[in-house]
Order: sequence, then structure tokens, then C-alpha cells
Amino acid sequence: MRIFKHPILNFERKRLVTFTFNNKTIEGYEGETIAAALHAAGIKTLSHSSEKHRPRGLFCAIGNCSSCLMEVNGEANVRICVEEVKEGLIIRTQTGKGDLV
Amino acid sequence: MIPVEILVIGGGPAGLCAAVQAAEMGSKVLIVDRNNTLGGQLVKQTHMFFGSEKQYASTRGFDIANILLDKIDKMKNVEIMRKATVLAIYEDGVVSLEHKDKYIKIKPKAIVVATGASEKNLAFPNNDLPGIYGAGAVQTLMNEYGVKPGNRVLMIGAGNIGLIVSYQLIQAGVRVEAIVEAAPTIGGYLVHASKVRRMGVPILTGYSIKEAYGTDSLESAAIWKLDENWRGIPGTEKKLNVDVICISVGLSPLSELLWQAGCQMKYIHELGGFVPVRDTNLHSSVKGLFVAGDVAGVEEASSAMVEGYIAGMSAAAYLGYKLYNMKLVKEDLMNQLDSLRHGPVGEKIRRGISNLTIEHEAAASVDAL
Ligand SMILES: Cc1cc2nc3c(=O)[nH]c(=O)nc-3n(C[C@H](O)[C@H](O)[C@H](O)COP(=O)(O)OP(=O)(O)OC[C@H]3O[C@@H](n4cnc5c(N)ncnc54)[C@H](O)[C@@H]3O)c2cc1C
Repeated sequence: MRIFKHPILNFERKRLVTFTFNNKTIEGYEGETIAAALHAAGIKTLSHSSEKHRPRGLFCAIGNCSSCLMEVNGEANVRICVEEVKEGLIIRTQTGKGDLV
Repeated sequence: MIPVEILVIGGGPAGLCAAVQAAEMGSKVLIVDRNNTLGGQLVKQTHMFFGSEKQYASTRGFDIANILLDKIDKMKNVEIMRKATVLAIYEDGVVSLEHKDKYIKIKPKAIVVATGASEKNLAFPNNDLPGIYGAGAVQTLMNEYGVKPGNRVLMIGAGNIGLIVSYQLIQAGVRVEAIVEAAPTIGGYLVHASKVRRMGVPILTGYSIKEAYGTDSLESAAIWKLDENWRGIPGTEKKLNVDVICISVGLSPLSELLWQAGCQMKYIHELGGFVPVRDTNLHSSVKGLFVAGDVAGVEEASSAMVEGYIAGMSAAAYLGYKLYNMKLVKEDLMNQLDSLRHGPVGEKIRRGISNLTIEHEAAASVDAL
């Protein structure tokens, strides 16, 4: 779901990198957030709420709301809407509040 | 502990203008922003701005940000720290922030808080489904990263942001099924409304969302007509086949840092919620802490810029820096604010602000010099 032709904006995309989401290989561009790359790949459900297990997605996209917390390279509760993609990142859906240690 | 003269928190239009003004008077300024790109809300705005020439009207939002950043680039006494989130302002004036996974402490002599605003949410069944976003998130995805949020959108709110983001969605090749607005009239400018209407988007006033549906993510939504008490009328439901709901029902000041610093706050409906009391130099009730832009009351980029210049000038004056014609400059800025705050909306904002204004002892203010 990437935009390639836009009447005003010109998206200068940087180097293509690959990372994994729940063991699936996903592509993204350097400089964009993990959330943007996942969205571009059509992945909208990022986690589940810890009590009622309701699906959670992106809401504010600027690091305010904590709706997008995921596990990145083993670290829990990363706000992927403000964390950039990098080659080889291992991203997982996090269960509950995540393992802090 | 890093010593700093003037710390500007937030590099949106307000913060950037505060830095420019304070630096022009000779003080050393550090701007910190949690983002990698400075400009705040401006960087997502592809439309040409209203206002007057002094606030770069008829220039596209992201171009305004670049003009300000170019100016700052040429100034030797302004430093910028990107990807730095301010976490706290303590009573002794120490500010802590997170930068590159490190915890940093700063001791500024004066602070300008220009953190902007955050979006309000709306209560309705299943409002937590993935695919339901704040309008700002949709803008970030499509205008910063070139990624579509989905294919068919229901926009909630026909204020300027709702109208403009609808237009931006169409520009990005996304279908906007409808814009619903609970009020009986459209809140935004008519030019924006006509533009989206011409592109075939219905604007339904007196309507709101009833419920969202979906299992893993949003699949559809029901809207319904509201009675005069803003309650839904059974039997008027319409089902819309949408995979995106965009909520644009207003902003409220991002004021946590001000609360924590001990600023006196007041609830002013017209300004979007709790806002700091201040004097006309934008000096808050905490000595040496100045405020500007949406965090001081939700308005527009044009007024945020003017407030930024005032707050920057006041902070520099507070530290003893001078401008030979400071009084005149301040007068001009105050006049600019006045002319921006005309019309019915401006009237409301002026009324709100008049309930907020306090006086500081003249000794540390622009007026004394
Ligand atoms: C769709 C849309 C259309 C608009 N159209 C117009 C228009 O036509 N004309 C007009 O005048 N205005 C318009 N506006 C309004 C305008 O964009 C805002 O009023 C303006 O950007 C407010 O400026 P600001 O500097 O106060 O805040 P912002 O632009 O929100 O900037 C705040 C900055 O502070 C940073 N920040 C926040 N908290 C922290 C922290 N703890 N640590 C570090 N950094 C932090 C943020 O990352 C951000 O960069 C529009 C807004 C939107 C959303």
C-alpha cells in the first residue's frame, strides 16, 4: 500500500532493508518507522490488549499513545511508530505486558 | 549535567520561531525534539496556509518548516538535538531527556515549552480496532512515509483538519466514503469543504458514528443521525464499508511537562483543555518558564509562530539580552496576534486567553527594558 505517484509530494526512498515480523520476511526503507513498513506490507494488527486480548493497531503514530508496543530484538514495549527499521531486526507480537528482563 | 542558556522543548513552528528570536538577540539556544525531522505538524501539511504574509500564508506547510530551518542553520548560537524526548522538568529547574538510549540531564537558565497538542479520541463501541486512527496518524503515514492507511475511509469531524486530511487522502489515491460531523454546521473553512465536495465526498452534518465492526481489524462502520441533544436516532443508521476510520474531533494541549514543572493551569474550553496561565510575554507562573504554540492553547501554526517569537524574545530578555527596538517589535507581534484572532473563532480564543492572563513583576519582563 505504498504511494508512488503524488501530485505534490515526492517520496525519496532510501536503501531497501529486510527484517522479520513473527518469522515472516518484510521489506522496508531506511529512515521509515517500523510501523510504516508493516503498514506498507498490509500488517495492521500489532498486538493484543493484555486483559481482554483485543487486537491493537496504530493510533497516534507519533509516540504518544502506546497502542503500537511490540517486541524488537528481544526488547519488549518498543513504540514501533517512532522506531526506525534496520536491516535484520527481529520483530514479534508481544504477549501481555512483555518480558522486562 | 549540561548547562544551557535557553532550552526550547519542541521544534514545531512555535519552538523554531522562539529559537530564532532568542538567538537573534544573542542568547545561546538548544532546541530538542523527539522527532528526527523538525517542523512539528508543519511537515505533514501539503496545503497552502492561511494567515498573512508575515506568517508565510500561501506557502505549503512543509515549505514553511524548511524556511525556518534554513534560517536556524545559518545561526551559530542555535544547537539542535533530534530524537531527544524530554521526560521531566523538576522543581529545581533540571530537565531530563532520553537521547540515543541515554538519560541526559540539562540545567537551562530559561525554558520555552512548545510541545504542541495531541489528538482527542471519541468514545464508541469498538473504537480500539486496528484501522481506527487519529487524523494526525493518517497524515504521518501518508505524507511522511508515503504509505496508505487503507482503501476506504470514514472521516469523523468536519473541522479544518478533517477536511484537509480528507483532501490529502484523495490526493494519495484513497477513497473517502463520507465525512460525518455531529454539529449542525461545518466547522472548517468553506473553501476546504467545497474542495472535497467537488471531489464527490458527502459531508453529513448532524451525523456521528454509532459503532465500528471487525474481528482483527476494522471491516465496516455504522453512522446515524443525531437529535438536537446529540443523541443517535434509532432507525437512521447507515452502514459504510470502510477499512479506515479517521478521528479528527479536536486537539488538546500536550501539557504534562507544564503540570510537572508546577505551572498554574486552568481549564479553558475555547483553548482545548487545561492551559498554563501566563502574562502577555508568555511567561508562565513558574519563573523562567515560557510557553508558546498549541501547548499554550490550541490555535494555528500562524499564531504559534508569532507566539514563538514573543516567547523567545521574553526568554532572552529575562536573561538580560536586549534588542534596541524591543518594545516596537513586541507591539508589532501583539498586533499580528490580534489580527490573526479576528472573526468568531478568534473572538472565542481571545475570550479564553483573557481568563488566563497574570502579571509578573515588571523587573524581568520585556516591558521593563
Ligand atoms: C491537518 C492540519 C492542518 C492544519 N492547517 C493549518 C493551516 O492551514 N494554517 C495554520 O495556521 N495552521 C494549521 N494547522 C495547525 C498547525 O499545524 C498547528 O497549530 C501548529 O503546528 C502548532 O505548532 P506548535 O509548534 O505549537 O506545535 P507542533 O507543530 O505540534 O510541534 C510540537 C513539537 O514538539 C515536539 N515534542 C512534543 N513533546 C515533546 C517532548 N516531551 N520532548 C521533545 N519534543 C517534544 C513534537 O515532536 C513536535 O515536533 C493544521 C494542523 C493540522 C493537523
